[in-house]
Amino acid sequence: MPTAPAKRPAATPAKPRRNAVLTVVMALFVIYAFVPLVWLIINATKTQQDLLSTFGLGFGHHFVLFQNIAETFTYKDGIFLHWLGNTLLYVVVGAGGATLLATLGGYGLAKFAFPGRRAVFGVVLGAIAVPGTALAVPTFLLFSHLGLTNTPWAVILPSLISPFGLYLIWTFAIDAVPTELLEAARVDGSSELRTFFTVSLRLLAPGIVTVLLFAIVATWNNYFLPLIMLSDPKWYPLTVGLSQWSAQATGVAAQPIYNLVITGSLITIIPIVIAFLFLQRYWQSGLAAGSVKA
Amino acid sequence: MIHCTRWTATRRIATLAAAGAVVAAALVGCSSSSGDSSSSSSSASASDVDAALKKGGTITYWTWTPAAKAQVAAFEKAYPKVKVNLVNAGTNTTEYTKLQNAIKAGKGAPDVAQIEYYALPQFALGGALVDLGDYGFGSLKSNYSSGPWNNVNVQGKLVALPQDSGPMALFYNKTVFDKYGLTVPKTWDEYIADAKKLHAANPNAYITSDSGDPGFITSMIWQAGGQPFKVDGTKVTINLQDEGTKKFTSTWNQLVEGKLLSQVPGWSDDWYKALGNGDVASLITGAWMPGVLESSVAQASGQWAVAPIPTYDGSPANAENGGSAEAVLKQSKNPALAAGFLKWLNNSKESVGIFINSGGGFPSTTADQNSSAFLDQAPAYFGGQKINQVLVGGAKNVVSGWQYLPYEVYANSIFGDTVGQSYSKSTSLDAGLGAWQKQLVEYGNQQGFTVKAG
Repeated sequence: MPTAPAKRPAATPAKPRRNAVLTVVMALFVIYAFVPLVWLIINATKTQQDLLSTFGLGFGHHFVLFQNIAETFTYKDGIFLHWLGNTLLYVVVGAGGATLLATLGGYGLAKFAFPGRRAVFGVVLGAIAVPGTALAVPTFLLFSHLGLTNTPWAVILPSLISPFGLYLIWTFAIDAVPTELLEAARVDGSSELRTFFTVSLRLLAPGIVTVLLFAIVATWNNYFLPLIMLSDPKWYPLTVGLSQWSAQATGVAAQPIYNLVITGSLITIIPIVIAFLFLQRYWQSGLAAGSVKA
Repeated sequence: MIHCTRWTATRRIATLAAAGAVVAAALVGCSSSSGDSSSSSSSASASDVDAALKKGGTITYWTWTPAAKAQVAAFEKAYPKVKVNLVNAGTNTTEYTKLQNAIKAGKGAPDVAQIEYYALPQFALGGALVDLGDYGFGSLKSNYSSGPWNNVNVQGKLVALPQDSGPMALFYNKTVFDKYGLTVPKTWDEYIADAKKLHAANPNAYITSDSGDPGFITSMIWQAGGQPFKVDGTKVTINLQDEGTKKFTSTWNQLVEGKLLSQVPGWSDDWYKALGNGDVASLITGAWMPGVLESSVAQASGQWAVAPIPTYDGSPANAENGGSAEAVLKQSKNPALAAGFLKWLNNSKESVGIFINSGGGFPSTTADQNSSAFLDQAPAYFGGQKINQVLVGGAKNVVSGWQYLPYEVYANSIFGDTVGQSYSKSTSLDAGLGAWQKQLVEYGNQQGFTVKAG
């Protein structure tokens, strides 16, 4: 067998060739992504005074991270904890519900032939194209007529709709759940519902987790919709609440509490970081779904 | 009646067209105050207020004023049958968006809401606010200083009661002024001379910060005697090149074009930092600034001082900057009760006292401005200077005849795209003001106003 005089071994999928340019670009990107996070962590340890008088990426004269955390949770009768609870409620009910609906709908569209399927396809694609921000004011007027503004429903109900999630499950289910398998189940006398819960759901798991992550991130970061829908701070999620704290630094009777805004922001991103760390492997396999034909 | 005579005098000074609307407002104010004892209809409504307070009920109050919590607690103690839902629906424009949405939707608005003076015409001309003259509140005129009182009278209707006011003054860092041998300016020419001297001596230091703030510029045009916005019903005239405006720009352009203004955005953490370390040596702003300096720029304690705002010819002239009023919304199911709460909130000694002591702002009520306790305050932060004497003195010189646009909130939101460009390019403000005017005329006509460039 003739062997090639290989100075550099041929690149294989398992051992890709190194590329200096790509490495540098990658390093730059890592720095770009990490500097704001590092800034946030460093500045969460400073007093309001030190924030205004010391270098942004250096530590202050006092290390008060724990005092800041305590103050964040106790400021204004512990409203921050309330906002955290609201955000969790919106995420669990809103993002959870959105995932459930997207899974049911996407699976149904992928695996059952019925008249009007193409029309639904068109509507869903169209819905992805319309940014949620553009719909916020019409949604507000609609909810106002229903008497639902300034209630948690005003945030939860719109969050339940995830056209992107529906579309993703749809395309994922076409390949992930073999129609032959469903036919076999039918022949064995399993009801459609039972087949869905015992067979299809497991096959769809990577897609579901991907949709769930997308929905969690979208709901956790949702700002404009609750800003418009809610006027009472007791229903605010963290995003709107923190922005209100930040706005306190402006104008007559200004009371800047940048230290609490920064510490609050740090606390706000921790759950989402944890969610990513736990679910990221599903995320990867989910994103690649359908890219390779088995 | 003394106020009415003063109004007649100012009418001579002001141009007839501009003064028309304001004089009409003043006449209503005067007639209701003089007719208060005889007019039976207004006293009937006024008694509604007392009856509503006795009967009790629940109202909702939107505000972002930190003092509100203590004020509401004191009110509920005085009127145990009334329950006030205190809601912080957002600071300034955030609240206005929500208020505007609720008005458009026909429900969801509070009974009483905090609205800054510049935004009042927008809500008043939209027909969203109750005319408090119906409750005989016109008789309260003599309790307030003229600047804020004129601002709550929109097109002949009393649409709100003043909470605080912001007669302008010069706040300067005395340590910096002494270090670089700057004189405390009496005229704008002296101010510009100081600006040049300071920046030449220390390239990091600027006389003041201004990266383009619509509230500041409108106040400065006001002080220069300009009346760029004239509103009569739905007829609006905009002239951002009138005599007063030009007077202001020909002065301020020297600072903008000479790059003598710090470009640190107002109210950012960097701005607070610059106020503390002397990089920004002075501020021309409303009389509510001391509370902000004391609580948020503590590191500069003992360094700052207050002087009257510089003028063009050295004789006193002033304008208002900032400040809020509270209004009763037409959506309120119990407007008499809401009006009763509002009257207590912004006209009772107890409530205004809580407001002043919270460091929340500068009073609009003349009794509180002129009380000896207030005038004799000598805060250590200002090196023991009796600053309130300077600030109250400034409240008396506010130039009359100023009007805001009936869509000023929108106008301010596009300020950065137009006049802000002049700031960022360090070019003449007149070009930016021209671009602003063009967009404002177009927008106003789209909104159903008859707007022409004056």
